Amino acid sequence: MARPRDESSPLFAGNAAGTLRLIVYLALALVLMVLDHRNGWLWRVRNVASMVVEPVYRLANLPSAGMRTLSVAFADRKLLTEQNQRLREDLLLANARLNRMAGVAEQNQRLKELLDTQRSLDLNVQLARVVGVDLGAAQQRLVLNLGARDGVKPGQPVIDAHGVMGQVIQTLPTTSVVMLVTDPAHAIPVVVARSGLRTVAYGARDGSGLVLPSIPLAADVQPGDKLLTSGLGGRFPPGFPVGKVITVAPATSGMFRVAQVQPAADIDRSDDVLLLHDQAVPAGPPAPEVPAGPPASQAPAPGAAGGNAPAASSSTGAVHPTLPRVTAAMSTAQPARAGSLP
Amino acid sequence: MNRQRLTSWWFAGTLLFALLLMLVPLPALLEPFKPYWPALVLLYWALESEDRVGLGLAFLVGLGADLFDGALLGEQALRLTALAFIALRFRSRLRFFPMWQQTLAVLALLLNDRILLLMVRVLSGAPVPPADWWISPFVGAALWPFLFLLLDDLRLRFRLQ
Repeated sequence: MARPRDESSPLFAGNAAGTLRLIVYLALALVLMVLDHRNGWLWRVRNVASMVVEPVYRLANLPSAGMRTLSVAFADRKLLTEQNQRLREDLLLANARLNRMAGVAEQNQRLKELLDTQRSLDLNVQLARVVGVDLGAAQQRLVLNLGARDGVKPGQPVIDAHGVMGQVIQTLPTTSVVMLVTDPAHAIPVVVARSGLRTVAYGARDGSGLVLPSIPLAADVQPGDKLLTSGLGGRFPPGFPVGKVITVAPATSGMFRVAQVQPAADIDRSDDVLLLHDQAVPAGPPAPEVPAGPPASQAPAPGAAGGNAPAASSSTGAVHPTLPRVTAAMSTAQPARAGSLP
Repeated sequence: MNRQRLTSWWFAGTLLFALLLMLVPLPALLEPFKPYWPALVLLYWALESEDRVGLGLAFLVGLGADLFDGALLGEQALRLTALAFIALRFRSRLRFFPMWQQTLAVLALLLNDRILLLMVRVLSGAPVPPADWWISPFVGAALWPFLFLLLDDLRLRFRLQ
């Protein structure tokens, strides 16, 4: 068989045009990556392309949905009976607990009305199902089967029966993407239930759980401590379980202690999750005020830069010490905990 | 004429199916063993029909994968373009390798791909992945002979070009 294209595909030497094209394409990819990393373009493109992306997600979900259906269809009777029994016991227990709590909740509500706070114990939630799509092993993300058309907004907290799972970071028309609390890029303000210490829990770098990277040496944190959302920052409402401290060890710098935290939510196993609809009342520090001063027309000339520098340094100074100040106030009473059900 | 169109559909279908396979989740235990399907299928087509696969197509497939994956726009485009370039450059030799040698070459290509991915990830500030992250290229290479024979067999059976 003769090969007509022998000149264009030589055995050894490549042609210069191919290398040039490679360089062009690689440069294009690099530019795209940098732009996307800086501006998050990908999500805007995805919103446009959602007509294609979402049906493909549904398709990719089919095998895992099929497995789920099969496992129910072929589950053995004994297993189902056991599961049913266990669920019924759980329900009974939960109902008993709720009944006992109802009085307390009512009292709490009355007291809160007296105190004139707006937080309530009512949950306004929406049930969502996890779509089985693999978004790469390095990412701690979930895809839910509800999207912007169902009223889902970025920033909504996502919980399951045991605790906080994460928050919605992006919505497509009929699906949304959740960033889990175990994502290294995620941080959640928490309070240690036992001691009232307030701190921030980050996703672990290796994706295994959460870490508290900066516990003051003198602070009271022990293995077994439960962490609840503190409600600071106004993203997560206060009082939801986040996780349990497993180990506490000195940080490599020696200035802090680091705690490993196991997430409370069943992050690997949840099929159904709840989307919280009411966002927390922002309980953090008020927004920085615009510095009041003489009108711009009377501002000093650009040559007299001395007037500008102190203002800049004081405004950055107001941002940075938030964390130490918050952690230092650990022994104060916890209004945040009042909103929690055990 | 009709056969020509059928062939194009088959070509596009395998690539789309590879993207779909990339998205299908595996049980957590098997997750590190998942091969990089788009690379394998693209490699097959690069070796088998050169006039269809160019750098532009590899780039477009990569962009599509990025769109589905949602990680970083351009990441897989970069990886697949580099992969296609190497495969096309050594195409004439790769095609006439015995299967075990070809498998080794595929392993090298996939490892190179992982190294590229690692560079991109680390530069964009992601943590260094665990050791089992390196299993995937070996699984991909181990599957290569079967994938190659399967796709070749289907192509011959349906008399597609």
